[in-house]
Amino acid sequence: MRVTVTVNGTGYTREVEPRLLLIHFLRDELGLTGSHWGCDTSNCGACVVWLDETPVKSCTVLAPMADGRHVRTVEGLSRGAVLDPVQQGFAACHGLQCGFCTPGMMLTARWLLDRNPDPSEAEVREAISGQICRCTGYENIVRSVLWAARHESAGGYEAPDRGDGADARP
Amino acid sequence: MQVPAQVEYEKAVSVEHALALLARYGPGARILAGGHSLIPMMKLRLLQPEVLIDINGITDLCYINLAGALLQIGTLTRHAQLLDSALARAHFAILHDAERVIADPIVRNWGTVGGSLCQADPSEDLSAAFAAMKGTMVIHGPDGSREVSAREFHTGPYETVVGPSELLTEIRLPIRPGGGSGYQKVSRRAGDWPIGAAGAAVWLDGDTITDAGIGLTAVGATHFAAAEAEEYLRGRDAGDDTLRRAGEIAAEHCRPVSDQRGPADYKRHLARELTTRVLRLAVSRARGALS
Repeated sequence: MRVTVTVNGTGYTREVEPRLLLIHFLRDELGLTGSHWGCDTSNCGACVVWLDETPVKSCTVLAPMADGRHVRTVEGLSRGAVLDPVQQGFAACHGLQCGFCTPGMMLTARWLLDRNPDPSEAEVREAISGQICRCTGYENIVRSVLWAARHESAGGYEAPDRGDGADARP
Repeated sequence: MQVPAQVEYEKAVSVEHALALLARYGPGARILAGGHSLIPMMKLRLLQPEVLIDINGITDLCYINLAGALLQIGTLTRHAQLLDSALARAHFAILHDAERVIADPIVRNWGTVGGSLCQADPSEDLSAAFAAMKGTMVIHGPDGSREVSAREFHTGPYETVVGPSELLTEIRLPIRPGGGSGYQKVSRRAGDWPIGAAGAAVWLDGDTITDAGIGLTAVGATHFAAAEAEEYLRGRDAGDDTLRRAGEIAAEHCRPVSDQRGPADYKRHLARELTTRVLRLAVSRARGALS
């Protein structure tokens, strides 16, 4: 069947089997491999993307269910060359080790901060409670999100200092 | 890699359209709402429908309304919407309590109230909550709509009274004065299914319990309810001895089984303890509403 999905602002139309999962549509049909395919059982959250206004686990959504809708993936987080404050927070606070859970974590963090610009640590932990970091790096993930909240609420944000004098912005 | 078997797919744009599609495809069709139970079942090949009828486009079914003395919840309401609803919480705090512990925030964004009920998992939380609130389910079919009590909705594990040509469209919860409610769940880890969970709704006249609803899930309670304990409570004073006795009665009448989530005797212990605790919570909330 024909499916048209707007991903990060760009429309894509593909002929797919109805049983195709959204995560595989993004990765295999569109080549957007930033979203990770993890547990396959809606537990780990590596595959989290936004479907319209909310994060969902894309291993449990069929591609046809996204037909006519907007999807936002980690590739759509930065604004041009400027990283999203959440991405900067993960860079500044060592919010990733292996990086597998990172795209989903960041998309959920972005959603949280859009709804709640000044979350408590407990609220951050609850927001990411459906996602697993197999490196168990939760402390730094929470710090990263709180870093992003602080720098956003301060009005604009600055590039994190990587300690080598280089600008974290690409 | 888990993928569902080949399946046809149709997108319904209205309740009437969904019913027409159900009539056209017959018993091989399944309604697809959030899909957070259905799609995992299909991936595991526990279920192989011939056709999926996607109702996510029927946004008319996403609502939480007050109509006179009825709280009405549309079947396609997402768990997150129900969790965030101040209206639902004001009338039935049990809904807020239960939604907070259903799956995780991301699953709640897309999973639906109606989907959870129709999946009819014997450990499902809302089934117990609606049993406690003595809700009514509205089911649409080719010959119009019918109402079924929440306690007659489930006919067994993973089975409901919704026929192959029918669609659950709404849950109705009667609002009565002097009411209070609550829900508590014990699970192994965040976001997991319950080892045991209980919900209660009570209605007070002064200190007298005029009516009570007790919902239990994951512990083998008939129709997700503890009818004998409710009967015991009716007309009694809402003192702690009474509430503890009701917990004992609820535990005596459920039939938990040992599984990977815990042994039967522990689940029975949970049925007793959680019933007592949610009754205390519901009574204290009812008293707060009265004063």
